[in-house]
Amino acid sequence: MSNYNFAYLDEQTKRMIRRAILKGLAIPGYQVPFASREMPMPYGWGTGGVQVTAATLTPEDTLKVIDQGADDTTNAVSIRKFFEKTAGVATSEETAQASVIQTRHRIPEEDLREDQILVYQVPIPEPLRFLEPSEVETRKMHSLEEYGLMHVKLYEDIAKHGAIATSYAYPVKVEGRYVMDPSPIPKFDNPKMEMAGIQLFGAGREQRIYAVPPYCKVVSLDFDDYPFEASKADHACDMCGATDSYLDEVIMDDAGGRLFVCSDTDYCAGRRRAGHVGAQGVALAEDAA
Amino acid sequence: MDAEVLKGGFADAPVDAAHAFRAAMTAMARPGTVHTLHGAQPPAPLSVAAGTLILTLCDPDTPLHLAGDWDRKEVRAWIAFHVGAPLVTAEAAMFALGDWDALAPLTRFAIGTPEYPDRSATLIVEGATPERAVLRGPGIKDTVEMGLPEIAAFQLNATLFPLGLDFFFTSGAQVAALPRTTKVSVPSGATSVEAA
Repeated sequence: MSNYNFAYLDEQTKRMIRRAILKGLAIPGYQVPFASREMPMPYGWGTGGVQVTAATLTPEDTLKVIDQGADDTTNAVSIRKFFEKTAGVATSEETAQASVIQTRHRIPEEDLREDQILVYQVPIPEPLRFLEPSEVETRKMHSLEEYGLMHVKLYEDIAKHGAIATSYAYPVKVEGRYVMDPSPIPKFDNPKMEMAGIQLFGAGREQRIYAVPPYCKVVSLDFDDYPFEASKADHACDMCGATDSYLDEVIMDDAGGRLFVCSDTDYCAGRRRAGHVGAQGVALAEDAA
Repeated sequence: MDAEVLKGGFADAPVDAAHAFRAAMTAMARPGTVHTLHGAQPPAPLSVAAGTLILTLCDPDTPLHLAGDWDRKEVRAWIAFHVGAPLVTAEAAMFALGDWDALAPLTRFAIGTPEYPDRSATLIVEGATPERAVLRGPGIKDTVEMGLPEIAAFQLNATLFPLGLDFFFTSGAQVAALPRTTKVSVPSGATSVEAA
């Protein structure tokens, strides 16, 4: 056993976070203030998500951590190692194997099951913050359900660009009451938020926790004549050929060569293992040789 | 000093609390589902599930109200030693523990404020839940049936949303939960239900 208390945090801190999670689940979309702790990583690296994960984990859990869909980036690797060391939990890169998934800015392509928990890292939890800098005011706006300003912002998008240009952190209304920031996930992921799993959101620097219970109504804000559209690059994955996944565009050379590839690395790898090959991909056996 | 008071805590606090919280959280996220809570051996009349919930969620930061028969010397001493929660009146409580009759009237408890709806009491209701009810709302795919102590109080509580109370129901080692978002109705075909 390690020299850490299970999952790093002390028990009183975990109780405080756990109480906030319960109130968050009872009031979907409402941001519950909590006494966020200093974590051994900088703000912006997922300190909120890490605290929520630490309060949620049990020793039997299998943890998956993704950063923009990828399991192998610095942020994901270091958080996974953090919990291997401090909680001794098993980790996996496979979505289906994981019971707790901590994510930065993506929802896995594969549908989550009822026994899975998705923990989001949130930088700015307040959807109205860039429209109204005062916390006193935004809190009042939420209490009065005064969300006109958000619609004005989306309307201005249409007036300027001819369409709603907001492409990530696209605001949603949860269970017909609170407007919520879904964290900077692409709006392609918004429809997936009505899922079977439990969704928890942690914002460490801003000291807020919020939650969306399973099968909760999550509606992306829009207008009758400009309905919400879950957009993605109009392309298939060049590695695995998937047409239904969110894509990253990768510049390959100075001549403008480019590659579209699934942002969800596990989804892409799974498809390639199953024999799917994209336009610029090579069959997996050759690739490995 | 009575040594009995010192017994009945978690054997391995971080792990027992983690298991208990996961069960409590799943119960709150999926109203109507029943989960097992164990780890605590609290003095009577507390159930194992209620004792485990108290150990998992309460500490010196959480004013606790003991209602009716649950407000007795052994319970106070056990909570003082294992939890350290200040024991308060219903009006000041963040958590309350007792059976359904002792917790009434519910209007005494904090339901939060429009700006801070989370500053509301969580009630741990011990004992029987005889009235069958149909639940709808967040966490429930279509509908689910669950036993409740009565129906009307929970219908009223749901109308307060986003304010309101949240409930855990404990019996033996089992727990279920009902957040304020859940819409409660009488099963179709059921006979009359007493009005509150």
